[in-house]
Amino acid sequence: MSEPEVEGIVESPWSGGGSPFAINSKKLGMWLFIVSDSLTFSALLVSYAYVRLANPDWPRPFEIWPAIAKSTLMTVILLTSSLTMVFAVSAAQRGETKRAVKMLWWTILCGLAFVGIHATEWYTLITKEAVTPWSNPWGTPLFGGTFFGLTGLHMLHVTIGAIYLAVIATGYKKGKWTADHVEVSGLYWHFVDLVWMFIFPLVYLMSVTMRSGVTS
Amino acid sequence: MSAHASTTNGGHAVASDKLFVGVWVVLLVLTGFEVFLAYLRLPSVIMLTILMGASLIKAALIVSYFMHLRFERLGLFLLLVPAMVFCICMMLIMFFPDSIRLMNMRPQ
Repeated sequence: MSEPEVEGIVESPWSGGGSPFAINSKKLGMWLFIVSDSLTFSALLVSYAYVRLANPDWPRPFEIWPAIAKSTLMTVILLTSSLTMVFAVSAAQRGETKRAVKMLWWTILCGLAFVGIHATEWYTLITKEAVTPWSNPWGTPLFGGTFFGLTGLHMLHVTIGAIYLAVIATGYKKGKWTADHVEVSGLYWHFVDLVWMFIFPLVYLMSVTMRSGVTS
Repeated sequence: MSAHASTTNGGHAVASDKLFVGVWVVLLVLTGFEVFLAYLRLPSVIMLTILMGASLIKAALIVSYFMHLRFERLGLFLLLVPAMVFCICMMLIMFFPDSIRLMNMRPQ
């Protein structure tokens, strides 16, 4: 195994070497943020599971059409945005600025489509079904609190991600930032996609309306 | 894992766009499988077990390939993943026995 940067180790046992993980500090910082953010989402998902298990009248309000179909479409859009993001990163690393910027904008567009569809779903739930964070027509009011809390925090992440990518795309095009910046923003974007891979089955697929009625 | 780390740009050259498309297709197929399970309306415990299994596979694919952790040094993986898994296990160990206790206290 090759060790490219080991000069620091010789000087002092506490110096940790020049670059123990062979990555730049931005990338390490983003990884550490991702670990802490994943624990935030884990805590929310665990608390959702806790109250769901402890409440006998937990509602299962999502019909296959339109709620599950809509959330499946959102999942496909988010997965596709991750694909365009990896294309952007690999294009940036090959030095193809134009393609990288184009792929970044496709990623942003997918992110905005995701938020847009999600917003219409929220709108329907709030106006047509009268679901709020503290009440709903079917069962325990905790349903609304956990649903809006989890999906809202995720939607906030997607929105911030879209703004982040727009800033990176603009700066990268101008030559202000490098391929490393594109790569680090990609890590964040994939993480947001990854979180949805847990929210989608737990919040939506586990709440499909049973043939016997809305409450489980 | 670490064997690739010294290639160009921290090892990203080892993964091609074709590989990423392959991973994307697998993720879509797994998503389709999950939705099909919801359509079948399996009993909750079986459903939850299969869904979590599929989601963990999807998460592993995203982290390994899209976030290219597979191509980084082993040290980075060891820094990030075990501590996170430990914390999540602690949450599960602390909370679930109590929620199951509450579930069993329900008036039948």
